[in-house]
Amino acid sequence: MITGLFEALFNGISIGAVLLIAALGLAIVFGLMGVINLAHGELMMLGAYTTFVVQNGFKILGGPLFEFYILFALVFAFLVTAAVGFILERGVIRYLYGRPLETLLATWGVSLILQQFVRSVNWVLVIGIALFCLLFFGAMWILSRRPDFQRIRNWVVAVMLPLSLGIAGATGAFLGQSFQLAVTQPWFGAQNLDVTAPSWLRGGLPIGSFQLPYARLFIIGLTIVCVVGIYVFLQLTPWGLRIRAVTQNRSMSACLGIPTEKVDALTFALGSGLAGVAGCAISLLGSVGPNTGQNYIVDTFMVVVVGGVGKLVGTIVAAMAIGTANYLIGSGTLALLLTPVKPLADIFTFFATTSMAKVLVFALIIAFLQVRPGGIFPQKGRTVDA
Amino acid sequence: MAVDAAPRIGGRKRSQRALLIEGAVVIVLALLLIFLMPAVLSGFRLSLMGRFLALAIAALGIDLIWGYTGMLSLGHGVFFALGGYALGMHLKLQIPPDASSQLPEFMSLYGVTEIPWFWQPFYSFNFSVAAIILIPTLLGALLGYLVFRNRIRGVYFSILTQAATIVFFNFFNGQQKLFNGTNGLTDFKTLLGADVNDPQTQFTFYTLTVLFLVMSYTLCRWLTSGRFGRLLIAIRDDESRVRFSGYDPTGFKVVVFAVSAALAGVAGAMFTIQTGIISPKAMDIAFSIEMVIWVAVGGRANLVGAVLGALLVNFGKSLLSEQFPEIWLFFEGALFLIVVTVLPDGMVGWVRSQRNQLQALLGRRRQLVTYPSLEENPEVEREREDIGN
Repeated sequence: MITGLFEALFNGISIGAVLLIAALGLAIVFGLMGVINLAHGELMMLGAYTTFVVQNGFKILGGPLFEFYILFALVFAFLVTAAVGFILERGVIRYLYGRPLETLLATWGVSLILQQFVRSVNWVLVIGIALFCLLFFGAMWILSRRPDFQRIRNWVVAVMLPLSLGIAGATGAFLGQSFQLAVTQPWFGAQNLDVTAPSWLRGGLPIGSFQLPYARLFIIGLTIVCVVGIYVFLQLTPWGLRIRAVTQNRSMSACLGIPTEKVDALTFALGSGLAGVAGCAISLLGSVGPNTGQNYIVDTFMVVVVGGVGKLVGTIVAAMAIGTANYLIGSGTLALLLTPVKPLADIFTFFATTSMAKVLVFALIIAFLQVRPGGIFPQKGRTVDA
Repeated sequence: MAVDAAPRIGGRKRSQRALLIEGAVVIVLALLLIFLMPAVLSGFRLSLMGRFLALAIAALGIDLIWGYTGMLSLGHGVFFALGGYALGMHLKLQIPPDASSQLPEFMSLYGVTEIPWFWQPFYSFNFSVAAIILIPTLLGALLGYLVFRNRIRGVYFSILTQAATIVFFNFFNGQQKLFNGTNGLTDFKTLLGADVNDPQTQFTFYTLTVLFLVMSYTLCRWLTSGRFGRLLIAIRDDESRVRFSGYDPTGFKVVVFAVSAALAGVAGAMFTIQTGIISPKAMDIAFSIEMVIWVAVGGRANLVGAVLGALLVNFGKSLLSEQFPEIWLFFEGALFLIVVTVLPDGMVGWVRSQRNQLQALLGRRRQLVTYPSLEENPEVEREREDIGN
């Protein structure tokens, strides 16, 4: 009985930890800018793919270093997704502040593009995109130094856009023709990839009849490190102070000289980087594919909704609660515990699969929101009804 | 008083005439769709057209809640699928009396011996038709009430509807014995004694779809004009202020959400019978968001735009994914980005702005740029004339 309870608790926490690490970046970004980033799942997926690439790189290097590739992968995943997030914020999202629903749609568009990108990325595509960026943005940069740039801007765009696209496309087609498969073969393809965990993350810690998988323990530890790191960053550093100030009151912070644009870009990059770390973590749990991110977004959003945007604690509590509830219902533990009460046990047996558990948990979330519409820790003050 | 009354009557007459013209145009278009299209399009394209017209009904519903009321639902796939399943269940129960098993074949496959209780009423055609409309309506009203009552709105509402999609997807996907799981309901035979796969019957369904579309358009047009419509727009633009003015937005939001759910249900039923399959794929997150992009491409807060957008995007999708299946997702993603950043009012808004610029070039008086629904409001027009006088 005790081991059973312990097992349930451990599994609940480990599911909760995955949810938490995935929701952490989302919660910060949503709290600060009110932006729902539907591409968050795809950023996680990018993190997982980065892990795969790093793993392959270390495999070539070989030797004892391979055992520790995961640590490098974490750093790389953070950097790559943070860079993508930064580009996303500068390129799209900053034009959409104050229009949260539009941001939602735009980030969905980005997520579709990213999904297809990892499916069909190959040398031709990369060279083509690089060439296009070089031509188009290069031309814009050169011409932007002309004094009458504002006047001719629309014409420049109208001429340069098709021109750059044409040149990039033609180059791509030419490369594809002349080098054939060497450049047109997709890097990853549409199939799922497997990341092999280093040997010290395989197996588990035996406790009685039950094993604690090391990979799960690693993820729990990683989550704790991330949460503590974010807490320290937000509470003790000057940039953390600025982020908190902008979260509380954007216009007042701007009046007091806080560069809100920089804060936005930084926070978004940070949130995206956390998504990358989360992606690295989930790659240890199973194979990853272009659709991996889709499996996580709804759950992580539920964490943010239930937790409320006011405090980090809300996210932590919500992630643990949802994770535990999901496990208790989905594994049938709850049905087993309630065997004496026949009708209740029947109900819980009906919901005792992973996917059906989500159905019940959603009902519980709706019921919870009837009592506390703002989540566990709602944001207080006049900004709430903005 | 007399001076005041004159333009008022004139304005009403003019708006009546405009309404008549609009009605005539709609009827002509519907007749063209029914009588001309079969002659112009090949059989395959015509069946595509029928499906897309069904989707356009759902787009009208989305436009009603998103374009006019400002609630972005990412869960209309649920209502769409429920309508489809309601009809699909009736179709699956059309078993000839001499068949060996009186159960839909998938049930015998999974070892179900007796028809589940909630399948029973679907033997009746009338009940099924009522269910197509009522089940989505009631579910929409219930969900809407629970959510709007607590003033949950904006992105929170969107996320919750999205979660609802996942939940229903899991439910229908997991219940093999009840709904045939992933495969969904398919292989339909007869409806009211007629063979559903017969081209003649399919053409009847096509005609019905056009008629439903016209009816839905009329309903939405009626809802969005007049007092109710103005309230919806007011809720979209500043809900708090509506509240301060003494209205309770909850009821209006619930009603409009339920109506749009019903439209999605009808769309789902018509789509199901023309494609011959309804599966949990219709509750995919992606499909629900796609519905929004139809409206966004056409032009939100504009009913014609919603219909046009649904047709255009879907034809574009079928053409592009036939030719280059890889490019479609890139294209769709780009469509989301472009519509949001460059063309917030969609095609209809773009055409309108071009027309305004053209008028300005021709030396006509330039109209003030406001949000689109203001331009259509007869009262605003009248006020402008009053000021002009």
